[in-house]
Amino acid sequence: MSGSEWLLLFSGVVAGATPILLAALGETLTEKAGVINLSLDGTILLAAMVAFAVAFETQSAFLGCIAACLVGALVAAAVGLFSLKLGQSQVAVGFVLTLTARDLAYFLGNPYARLHGPQFSSVPIPILSDIPVLGPVLFQHNWMVYAGLGMIVLCWAYIYRTPMGLRLRAVGEDPRAAFARGENPVRLQWIYTLCGGFLVGAAGAAFSLFVKPGWGRPQGAEGTGWIALALVIFGGWHPMRAAAGAYLFSFLQVLGIYFQGWIPTVPAQVFQVAPFPLMIFTLLIIAYAQRTTIPREDRHRLRLKALLEVFSGAAPSALGKPLRPGSL
Amino acid sequence: MRIHPEPPPAVELVDIHKRYGSVNANQGITLRFRPGAIHGILGENGAGKSTLMKILAGFTQKTRGRIRIHGVDVDFQAPAVASRLGIGMLYQEPVDFPVLSVLENFMIGQIRGFRLHRKAFRERFESLCTRLGFSLSPETPVRQLTPGERQQLEILRLLSMGTHVLILDEPTTGISSFQKETLFKALRTLAQEGKTIILVSHKLEDVESLCDRVSVLRHGKITGEMERPFDPNALLKMMFGSVPSPLKRPEIPAGAPLLILRDVSAPGDRSGLKACSAIIREKEVVALAGLEGSGQGVFMRLAAGLRAPVSGVLRLRDEGMHRKDGIAFQKKGVAFLPTARLEEGLIPGLSILEHVALKYCRGFRVHWNVARDQAARHIRYFRIKGDPEMPVESLSGGNQQRLMLSFLPDAPALLLLEKPTRGLDFESALWVWDHLFRYREKNTAVVFSSSELEEIFMVADRILVFYEGAVIRDIRAADTDIHELGSAIAGKA
Repeated sequence: MSGSEWLLLFSGVVAGATPILLAALGETLTEKAGVINLSLDGTILLAAMVAFAVAFETQSAFLGCIAACLVGALVAAAVGLFSLKLGQSQVAVGFVLTLTARDLAYFLGNPYARLHGPQFSSVPIPILSDIPVLGPVLFQHNWMVYAGLGMIVLCWAYIYRTPMGLRLRAVGEDPRAAFARGENPVRLQWIYTLCGGFLVGAAGAAFSLFVKPGWGRPQGAEGTGWIALALVIFGGWHPMRAAAGAYLFSFLQVLGIYFQGWIPTVPAQVFQVAPFPLMIFTLLIIAYAQRTTIPREDRHRLRLKALLEVFSGAAPSALGKPLRPGSL
Repeated sequence: MRIHPEPPPAVELVDIHKRYGSVNANQGITLRFRPGAIHGILGENGAGKSTLMKILAGFTQKTRGRIRIHGVDVDFQAPAVASRLGIGMLYQEPVDFPVLSVLENFMIGQIRGFRLHRKAFRERFESLCTRLGFSLSPETPVRQLTPGERQQLEILRLLSMGTHVLILDEPTTGISSFQKETLFKALRTLAQEGKTIILVSHKLEDVESLCDRVSVLRHGKITGEMERPFDPNALLKMMFGSVPSPLKRPEIPAGAPLLILRDVSAPGDRSGLKACSAIIREKEVVALAGLEGSGQGVFMRLAAGLRAPVSGVLRLRDEGMHRKDGIAFQKKGVAFLPTARLEEGLIPGLSILEHVALKYCRGFRVHWNVARDQAARHIRYFRIKGDPEMPVESLSGGNQQRLMLSFLPDAPALLLLEKPTRGLDFESALWVWDHLFRYREKNTAVVFSSSELEEIFMVADRILVFYEGAVIRDIRAADTDIHELGSAIAGKA
């Protein structure tokens, strides 16, 4: 492969990762606050449909994107209503919402199937896009890709460098303790459930407005939500590592397309499926890092442990266990 | 001559009532707390002390009554309101965030806005540390701290938030005697600065050595108040209605070697266990002393077969126990009672009856009538306050401990007890030991860990002192005293 082909490949990886990236970041935010929103997969489809429909009707990709974000927040609000307000299992509610949102998307989206609508167009950033290598890979995309890139840094800085982020982590770790410190855990969990849903909605828009433009059945976004959920775990509930996972997954997918061309004797499905077992393999590495069998006082293996700790990350202790009203 | 008027009370509780369903936890409690004094709230487990204090801290809502701060009526709906009025509470179980760092824990609850002023908070933290004589490093994750250090962190945080009424709920449970000294010194300093300190405890000696004034609670009511100097017998009478009779310890000579450890090392706790050699004999009562996490826990779990040694030899009587699991140890008559009752000992969510059924019923059918009879027997004989249908987590700590004791085999060879009287009041602790002593008549060796030096001297024949994972002393209780043991625990052997 020539240099320019490599640049094209990596540029494709960056653009293609955007939906998974946004969804994984959104879910990281929600789960950091101790809430699991399992409805991702359906939400992304519904948001993708709404994004396309609104963009088609208004001829504005931007309005489509906004509408998709609101739909994402709306589904998240349903999670909040049933699990935070009414105290139902987040897992059960999430599963049911996934299926509902998916079917709703197919049903409502029928009139818009296989139409040609507006898309996000590339806006190369002046000066930055002229940087050799980095320029074409990072700075010759549409503004949604830039938003995704910016969101990685923003999420990280928010969670680890601001008072709000510290309070967010505190609530996800132990809502009772946060309450004792004067926080309102339920309100904070509501806020981050909605914020997370907003980003998941944006992921849907990223699909129907540029990664897999248009609407149809299947749309091509199916399954992404589940990958994003796995990436949150893979990323150890850390936005940077979740982002790294999103790019890795996107890279494996793009690579699959290339491999198909290079080795046509191997069935195409092998390369389509390969990223999934590779993700499981990575999860195993993380699980290994979290094992306590490496004795703390064993100085010889400190370097190994430090290496493994880069991959490790623990779930927020109160994940999926909201503060029950009257449990105080 | 001028008569100094008594300073007005900082906090007044007037006719506080609290009902949980049909239980009256507090029944018309009226109390006054003066600034600059240390007040003790004394009472046995379940007397309603914690409930009362949680009401004052805004964590729990009262059913009826009034709270006045500096003469002004207040009504809290949340701890945030109470803390804004300067009331802070150190809860019995740590209310902190183990995965976050010391500094982050310190900041949560007192930060707002968009910037984390790490540097400013670090300076504030360090100056408070020096003032109270604590040594904590701001970047350590809290999960690596001992319970005593977590408590110190929480006190620092409360003070930093402007707390002038500091409530401490059973602060001396589970901390070392040196940490206790540090804590008491800090509390005296704070009282001198004019703060109101409220110490909730079931331990007479804590209240005696620290408090200026004591109020005693029993069954949700005030049964008496006393100013320094205290009359211990009168206080005991207020606590229990009568003075409990002292423990009778039968003198029984030790028997044949039972558990032999030679140069055993294993990971775990904070320090692991390093080249430990010890012999436990039949009929002996052996105390494992040491700071929290100095290797006692690892020792117990090794002896119970729950953890395998990395090196060294572990024998039960004449048999090497290499590569044997916990079941094999159980068959040899080893029984282990961990300190985390609801995490390791009992199954939360199941009732007393179901626990009994688990123990007695095998095969495909649960014989509920058999289980019911057995449960009634357990409850009667071990004087558990609760009925068979009650889930175990709703029992009080003392009753959970009694229930766990009731599941021990009839004649174990070796009993391993991790802090068997943790969180129990004097009377319950006496009952537990009285019960445990009976095992010695069946040749049982009793090994227990404890952070209470008084308890160790009351019951143990022999003491193993752990420091940084090593046994640094192995001494008969009769040949040492509290002072010597205290310095051995701190590593000054």
